[in-house]
Amino acid sequence: MNKVLSSRWAKVLLFALCLLPLLLLIWRFYHDQLGANPIENITHKTGDWTIRFLLITLCVTPFRKLLNQPKLARFRRMLGLFAFFYGCLHLMTWVWLDKFFDLHEMWRDVVKRRYITVGMTGFVLLIPLAITSTAGWVRRLGFVRWQRLHRLVYFSALAGVIHYYWLVKSDVRLPLLYAGILAILLIYRLPGWLRSTEPRPQGSVAHR
Amino acid sequence: MLRAPLLRGSGTKTVTRRKHKTFRQSSRVTAIRSYHESKPMLIRKSPELRYSQVTPRAAYLNRRHFLAAGIGGLAALRQAKAGAKLSASKSSFSTSEPLTPLEAITHYNNFYEFGTDKEDPSKNAYKLKTSPWTVKVEGAVAKSTVLDLDAIFKIAPLEERIYRHRCVERWSMVIPWIGFPLNALLKKVDPTAKAKYVAFESLYDSKSMLPSAFAGINFPYIEGLRMDEAMHPLTLLAVGLYGENLPNQDGAPIRLVVPWKYGYKSIKSIVKIKLVEKEPPTTWNLSASNEYGFYSNVNPERDHPRWSQTKERRIGEFRLRDTVKFNGYGDQVASLYNGMDLIRKYY
Repeated sequence: MNKVLSSRWAKVLLFALCLLPLLLLIWRFYHDQLGANPIENITHKTGDWTIRFLLITLCVTPFRKLLNQPKLARFRRMLGLFAFFYGCLHLMTWVWLDKFFDLHEMWRDVVKRRYITVGMTGFVLLIPLAITSTAGWVRRLGFVRWQRLHRLVYFSALAGVIHYYWLVKSDVRLPLLYAGILAILLIYRLPGWLRSTEPRPQGSVAHR
Repeated sequence: MLRAPLLRGSGTKTVTRRKHKTFRQSSRVTAIRSYHESKPMLIRKSPELRYSQVTPRAAYLNRRHFLAAGIGGLAALRQAKAGAKLSASKSSFSTSEPLTPLEAITHYNNFYEFGTDKEDPSKNAYKLKTSPWTVKVEGAVAKSTVLDLDAIFKIAPLEERIYRHRCVERWSMVIPWIGFPLNALLKKVDPTAKAKYVAFESLYDSKSMLPSAFAGINFPYIEGLRMDEAMHPLTLLAVGLYGENLPNQDGAPIRLVVPWKYGYKSIKSIVKIKLVEKEPPTTWNLSASNEYGFYSNVNPERDHPRWSQTKERRIGEFRLRDTVKFNGYGDQVASLYNGMDLIRKYY
């Protein structure tokens, strides 16, 4: 198991897997299988995958510990960056296909509509994390500060789930499912946070 | 014979291949258009291809179920054969805008009883039993009655009304409904002086439909109109679209169509119509009263709290269109609301 996880090909495979939702979307677009309102469909699918990748990223540490597979940590950055990637696509569908780059309109929505405010917040929080995701940045910031910064991901995921919950009309089953999974992932970390605010140096992903 | 080509296999192929065609490019859609547009022409071009001849109707409306069904598919076919062509006269209320393809009208639905995703109703609405069907008409009327489908079809001559349809979710369609004015039915039952509003109720069958708790709204679905809105000549009871009986997912066998209001006012699969003195409760208003009012007239000046209503996406179009107040029917209906604050109070 360890050997498989350490292999270079594991990362390549995971990368391809992470691209699948996008490829499927493109394929379905060209074969006109996105239904009567393709733009709405693209917006929903990219949004869905943003939340899913955030949750998957947050699963890495618990699974690493519970399964005692330290090597899992090497996939965390890629998963996080894919969350950011799908978040960018999701945002772009709104900026381009819904607002047609009308900055004034976009700003009005961001300040007026709470589900957009919180969604935008969730996205903006991901930007510094994506920028500082490289080994160079971990070195520059120092691991402690870097890790503290990257705790923003919890707030981003929370914002994403609230964004989804607030935007659906009445059927909240899926947003609640995401909220439940997020709650479990956060509760799992709670004892660690309570025990000490000091970050533990071991098991760090920083030096890969 | 509708059945023959399908059993030979070629029909089945049509069914699957259709999936890969685009809404705009689909030859079937073109067929629909040319069928429709060629109707008034005197010179007839080549043998006319009717949309209902291309793929058997039931199979088309619910491909997945049909393909999976086997024997059930045959039953569906028989039903398709029975699917009556409705003859209807043209109406001056119709718009000349290009029609939304039947494919979109039957596969992009809000019919929460059959699922909350847009494509759910097309997969699940086959469970709706539309025959036998009765509509109870009661309340503040001199002659309360229970109408079966035969009686309903005899109320008034059928008309084709091509209306714009604007959903509160910012999309719109152009739909060739077939039906008759609601006022024809109301006049038959002799409303009393106490009849100030009309309350409508949809079928709810817990065995074949989604539980309320999942949909997030109360069932049975209920809606209402003020008496003058209900009596307005634009207000339609639809029994068909695109020249045939209503597809289940579009609210078979009888539904309301109020073209100047958001789509959710146009209640589907009606089983009860009650004339009442007080403003009746309505489903979406009960669910979120700040978002969905009783009147729900299409109004770009009044934002939905969560999104702007100034624009809409006409299904099949890339760019957004500007939304028009009363969905473009202002000349006919604006006077119903003289002096009313349609933004803060009567939204």
